[in-house]
Amino acid sequence: MKRLLLILLYFSISSSAFAGGYRLSLQGQKSLGMGHTGGAITDSAEVVFFNPAGMTFLQSELDITGGVTPIQGNSAFQNQITQAGAETDNPLGTPINFYAVKKINEQVSYGLGIYTPFGNAVEWEQGWAGSHLLNTIELQTIFIQPSVAYQFNDVLSIGIGVSYVTGNIEFNRNLSTSLADENGVRSNVTIEASGVNAWGYNIGMLARISPTITFGIDYRSKVELEARNEPADFRNIPSSLQNAFPDTTFNADLVLPAEFTLAMAYHFNAHTVVAVDFNRTFWSAYENLNVNFNNSAGTSLNPRNYEDSNIYRLGVQHQIEQFAFRAGVYIDKTPVKPGYFTPEAPRNDSIGITSGLSYAISENWVLDLSYLFLIFDEFDASYDFYQQSGSTIPFSGEYKNTAIAFGFGVQYKI
Amino acid sequence: MNTKIIRRSFGLTLLLTTLLACNAEFDNPVGDETHFNSGSADLSHFVSLGDSLTAGYADAALYLHGQENSYPAILATQFAKVGGGDFNQPLVSDNLGGLLFGGNANPAFPNRLILNAETESPEPIAGISTTEVFSPLTGAFNNMGVPGAKSYHLITPGYGDPAGVSASPATANPYFARFASEANTTMLSDAVSQQPSFFVLWVGNNDVLSYASSGGTGTNQLGNLHPSTYGSDDLTDPNLFASIYSQVVTALSAAGGKGVLINIPDISAIPFFTTVPFNALPLDQETVDLLTSGYAEYNAGLQAAFQGSLITSDEQQERSITFSVGQNAVVIEDESLTDLTGLTLPSIRQATANDLILLTTASKIGEPVSEGSTSLWGVNTPLADEDVLTPMEIDLITTARLAFNASIKGIADSNDNILFVDVAELLNEVQQGFSYGTGSINATYATGDAFSLDGVHLTARGYSVVSNEIIDTINTGFQANIPKVDPGAYSSISFK
Repeated sequence: MKRLLLILLYFSISSSAFAGGYRLSLQGQKSLGMGHTGGAITDSAEVVFFNPAGMTFLQSELDITGGVTPIQGNSAFQNQITQAGAETDNPLGTPINFYAVKKINEQVSYGLGIYTPFGNAVEWEQGWAGSHLLNTIELQTIFIQPSVAYQFNDVLSIGIGVSYVTGNIEFNRNLSTSLADENGVRSNVTIEASGVNAWGYNIGMLARISPTITFGIDYRSKVELEARNEPADFRNIPSSLQNAFPDTTFNADLVLPAEFTLAMAYHFNAHTVVAVDFNRTFWSAYENLNVNFNNSAGTSLNPRNYEDSNIYRLGVQHQIEQFAFRAGVYIDKTPVKPGYFTPEAPRNDSIGITSGLSYAISENWVLDLSYLFLIFDEFDASYDFYQQSGSTIPFSGEYKNTAIAFGFGVQYKI
Repeated sequence: MNTKIIRRSFGLTLLLTTLLACNAEFDNPVGDETHFNSGSADLSHFVSLGDSLTAGYADAALYLHGQENSYPAILATQFAKVGGGDFNQPLVSDNLGGLLFGGNANPAFPNRLILNAETESPEPIAGISTTEVFSPLTGAFNNMGVPGAKSYHLITPGYGDPAGVSASPATANPYFARFASEANTTMLSDAVSQQPSFFVLWVGNNDVLSYASSGGTGTNQLGNLHPSTYGSDDLTDPNLFASIYSQVVTALSAAGGKGVLINIPDISAIPFFTTVPFNALPLDQETVDLLTSGYAEYNAGLQAAFQGSLITSDEQQERSITFSVGQNAVVIEDESLTDLTGLTLPSIRQATANDLILLTTASKIGEPVSEGSTSLWGVNTPLADEDVLTPMEIDLITTARLAFNASIKGIADSNDNILFVDVAELLNEVQQGFSYGTGSINATYATGDAFSLDGVHLTARGYSVVSNEIIDTINTGFQANIPKVDPGAYSSISFK
């Protein structure tokens, strides 16, 4: 198990967040092709994530679906007044997903999902204009979710999953807007926590009220990653301050918010299906990213005060012989309130355009491709809650984001 | 793993990188030089003339990093994007600051200050300066900023004469001696001979500051139009200032260039004068009792003087010395008080919020006047005239400064080719906290990022804010579009 985790961590390294906050909606190629809908779609083991109740509606006895969705996202910042400008150089993100569902009998199916629903990797140039807020951040999470579903009758089923969550976070920022060592290199701190574990759950219900209409409801609980006594490394501290800022440990909590999904799928005929999903992510749980250092740095107060946010998704799939063509669109509203915009998750409202293609090689094997393009507007934003020496120092300017993902996966079913 | 697999996985990576290539680009990216222009200004020959603030002096020294980030150097870098030419500065030899005189260090010109976080005090950086006063530089220098220069020094022949540096008393300035074109030249002449197409003049600071930073020990030279009779800490006569200033501007404009004039900031916006509180003295009950009985005789003497009609009741009130547990006002000497030495009563009182206690006094308050002595500065021994600016002295400074600034503005307003930059107003804003969008600075000593550790001169960041103000003025006044700089990219104070 340990070894598996290591390998998975390697693969899921550096996933750029591209949804609001650090939610990373790339949990399946088939779903992504249809605008990342799936709460009421039951054509692959991806249901383990989207709605475990759907497991009993799968046609096959065994369905194993998995893939990887490389994503490249970047952000740019500039301030017209000061001519300050910076761009991120984010690593390619490689979020993975793996799902398996096995039918026990007509009523009961069980399954396993391994996926990375939260992640973030943002690398600004060291010492850029906002370096007192962030130089680099890397967040990785892996959810391992065994699940079971029970079908009451032809119409209704419920499903439940329990998630074991493991996360890594690394965060570097400058200690202030000016402190530097004797060589003029800005003083900075890196905090790093790995293998922070927590538990979560999800529960879903699926209702096939007619041969053409399916409804789904899914709720995913919030997960709190609590880093305790993890290393904090203070670098480039001037010598007369080194006694005050020795390397130390820190405590911090990071919340992975809960999410509620309401979904509907409508089958026009045997070949064409339209899906509509509504997600509400309970970002209001993300109040701050306070870090308690066990040295004279004390507590770094970083209010976030996100608000709950909605995503509206629409997807369509049309099947022609062994090909399935998919297209989708979604509107992702940012959870960040005005004045709370930080460069660690510099995303604003976006529109996602998706497409997908599957090819059934045989009765058992299907190849899946997906493509996502996110449209962002340029926007003005500020973070007005940075405190230094008793005064508040706002950080404002224009941001522009881009993100493109290209995923591929395989489905095996019998 | 064979080479085929390696090549394939490399190919896959390449494909992915191409497929996912996306850069975040703005519609109007900063740094897009196509929009930049100098308007009606010709920035090809830019000359700056002034004092330490123009030279890039900071942390009580002139050092390389400070010079490289002087406001004229910052301006020149921006000007270069819109037709500006080379910009030569009389660079010192190192980042220590400090000067050598014929190989000898001089305690009057120490190394730059750095902040020792353990003692919470500034101290000179260790090292031996390598900047030799008597190895003059050659060539013309665009930055004609000379630390210590007052208005009348600009037109004083021999102000850069090495012989005058060694004379006693010195008649020349060692900083100018390093790069004066010849012994008998003037700063103005060396500036004018470069035929500036554009100039910035910021002079007059020392005409008030040297009086202010010496605690008002100099003389107010109001009415005296003969600078050769002035002492170094005197307050310059405003009429003398006005006539010299006008002469300097006329000479700088002679080549047909345009220019910018900068006014003189208020001392109440400068941390050197505002950092040490008047009630800097924490006392416990025991000390309060001791001091109260110690001053009982003085207070009784004041009562007698009042009854003898030698002083008013207001003055008696003002001079009475009282202490209580907690923060207490320091005791200071005030020469403006009625002379009661005939009654063996010294001219002392406790400071009020209207007095400005100099930054250099901070380390003195409550300390023994000499080792082992029980006489403590500001407690049972008054702080001296040189430690404090009293309201009367502050009034003199303000009156002179406002007169200087009126002259500067008047000259700028009467000439279409000359713009006026109100740095006094800018530094007043800085004192309240000045936000530049991606950060902010304020005038708090050591932590505000605007002022260097000498408390008078700016940090590189502070100078960059001044540069932006000048650029704004030029952009508006000469219909130019010169890009500003990001103050956050400039350094603040240095720690040990």
